[in-house]
Amino acid sequence: MAQGSFAEAGADLELVGITKRFPGFTAIEDLNLTIPAGSFFALLGPSGCGKTTTLRLVAGLEDATAGRILLGGKDVTNTKPFQRPVNTVFQSYALFPHMTILENVAFGLKRRKIADAIGLAHEALRLVELDHLAQRKPQQLSGGQQQRVALARAVVNRPALLLLDEPLGALDLKLRRQMQIELKDIQSDVGLTFLHVTHDQEEAMTMADTVAVMNKGQIEQMGAPEELYELPRTAFVASFLGQSNLFTGPVISSTGDVIVVEVGGRKIAVPRERAQRHAGDVTIGVRPEKLVLHTTAPKAAAGTNLIGPGRIVDVSFSGVSTQYLVAVPGLGELVVFAQNMVFGPVVTTGAEVWLTWTVDHGFGLADDPADNPRFVADTDTNALAVQKREKLEAELEEA
Amino acid sequence: MAFGAFATAGAATEPVARKRSKIALILLLPGIAYLALFFLVPLVSLILTSFQTPSELAFGEPGVYDYAFKWENYTDVLGLYGEHIFRSFFYALLATVFALLFSYPLAYFIGVKLRRFPLVQALALTLVIAPFFISFLLRTLAWKQILSDDGVVVTALQGLSILGPEAHITGEPIAVIFGLTYNFIPFMTLPIYTSLEKLDLRYVEAGGDLYASPARTFFSVTLPLSAPGVISGMLLTFIPASGDYINASRDFLGSTKTPMIGNVIENNFLVQQNYPAAAAMSILLMAAILVLVGIYVKKSGTEDLI
Repeated sequence: MAQGSFAEAGADLELVGITKRFPGFTAIEDLNLTIPAGSFFALLGPSGCGKTTTLRLVAGLEDATAGRILLGGKDVTNTKPFQRPVNTVFQSYALFPHMTILENVAFGLKRRKIADAIGLAHEALRLVELDHLAQRKPQQLSGGQQQRVALARAVVNRPALLLLDEPLGALDLKLRRQMQIELKDIQSDVGLTFLHVTHDQEEAMTMADTVAVMNKGQIEQMGAPEELYELPRTAFVASFLGQSNLFTGPVISSTGDVIVVEVGGRKIAVPRERAQRHAGDVTIGVRPEKLVLHTTAPKAAAGTNLIGPGRIVDVSFSGVSTQYLVAVPGLGELVVFAQNMVFGPVVTTGAEVWLTWTVDHGFGLADDPADNPRFVADTDTNALAVQKREKLEAELEEA
Repeated sequence: MAFGAFATAGAATEPVARKRSKIALILLLPGIAYLALFFLVPLVSLILTSFQTPSELAFGEPGVYDYAFKWENYTDVLGLYGEHIFRSFFYALLATVFALLFSYPLAYFIGVKLRRFPLVQALALTLVIAPFFISFLLRTLAWKQILSDDGVVVTALQGLSILGPEAHITGEPIAVIFGLTYNFIPFMTLPIYTSLEKLDLRYVEAGGDLYASPARTFFSVTLPLSAPGVISGMLLTFIPASGDYINASRDFLGSTKTPMIGNVIENNFLVQQNYPAAAAMSILLMAAILVLVGIYVKKSGTEDLI
């Protein structure tokens, strides 16, 4: 443990072949992950995907069944939590109820015998604009204020790696936006490495440089937010990160730079380089905002996919955009997001419409369609066990 | 009849608040009456007795006293039994400390480590209170047997040359302190258990996350958070232990070397029939405990405990 001094800068985090088994189920299976120093990395996934377990392993609160954890090149797998240059902003904040806000923030500094702990604690509290509440007890603060104190208590230690366990979950939308910006500012100011665990895809995309989408104890896809969104590689990523219209069918021709897939008797083209598989049955997709609604049949044009006619079955207006649900025979229901360029929705339920999108906007997934029929319920025993554990933990939290 | 019943119920809803306070008063009445009769009256009687003077009409016969204001009774007993008062508090303090040292790890084990096994936890708690199923006197007598001169403990210690051939355990201060500690362990364990059972382990995790070693986390986080249990456990042990007269009695674990203030009071009341002296001692004991406990509670900053 570094005594009396701060980490010079953020450190790389490297997970090598991490596996974590709990009695009865496996939370993480052979996870390999490298987070470069100074980056803001988000681990995104649904409840029970293993993301919180990953974070607890890094913090040292759980022991890995197999694998190694390296921080700045140093193996910390077998060190205790208090020996790791890592701090956590807990989901429940875990502020010590018997100490004042100031004592809470100065706690880590005092343990490491850093000079002027009180002064630095005040400085950290000023950063989160709560210095005027320094003498209060945690239970006298609102949820949002407690969250900011938890953040100050972790950041003040200048850890090589800061872990954030869904810290913004309990905040209302406005405060959450504000905190997202503050967090991002702090991260770039201080130059720490942040590992942020969340199930909120929007939060992950706005804040992180790199997002890893996690599912069933493994990383499905990792990359910059735009990259993940525009070119999802699996059905899970395509539907967990935003919404997608997915179609499954055989590839009937593969010429030049496009492959053509037949779905429900219609031909849909996808750029070859944006498709993971080029033969056999494949799943392809397109994002709802890439679709264009037409009230009259448009002319077929090169470089465009045309579908229709279909019928509007649902219209929901949400201010900036309107979401249309279009039933197309043979394809099922497609979601379309249209910007509200005029006042209100342009068509009403029951209207006949055609849909077009630029071929370049389509993507082809790597999943074997046989394993991944659309909208399958996740009912394998592993997932059930995970869900049950999560539910129990949630109940315990409430109690 | 039925209609009449409904009518009264309807009418009763109007002056609800008044009626409620009346009901509360009626419910409190037995308790107030009980306390007045069995606490206040004896207390007043005790205070009056403590100022009594030997009756001149009794012609030297013991046990006959007149009401008076003889405050010298207090200075007399202080002079005579100051040593006993000191010994009582000394023994009670040691017993409290030993009971705490024994009970805290036990309560921690049951309240924290056994959380994942509710059945085992319930069983362990039952075992903590199991001694209550047997009379306090019998258990203390049993210890007298176990610790007696030809008992297994003394012979074993003599065999190991830790005790000399003529040494005893019973009748020595150590036996009395041991007896007090043993008898009050459940009173110490249960309140601490109640505090630790509610302890949120995420605070302990946060301590580790903030560079505190397990020992540091214990003293900075776990112990302060369980302080209410520790304080009430110490009060529940110290107060009755300082007034205890069974363990230190010659019939149990004590001897003429070990009388505590409780034994003095008992002797004065029942043997010497010196009621004013016994009453004065009782009042002094009560006052001393109040002062000591007051200071302790004030120092530990938990006035909300009482």
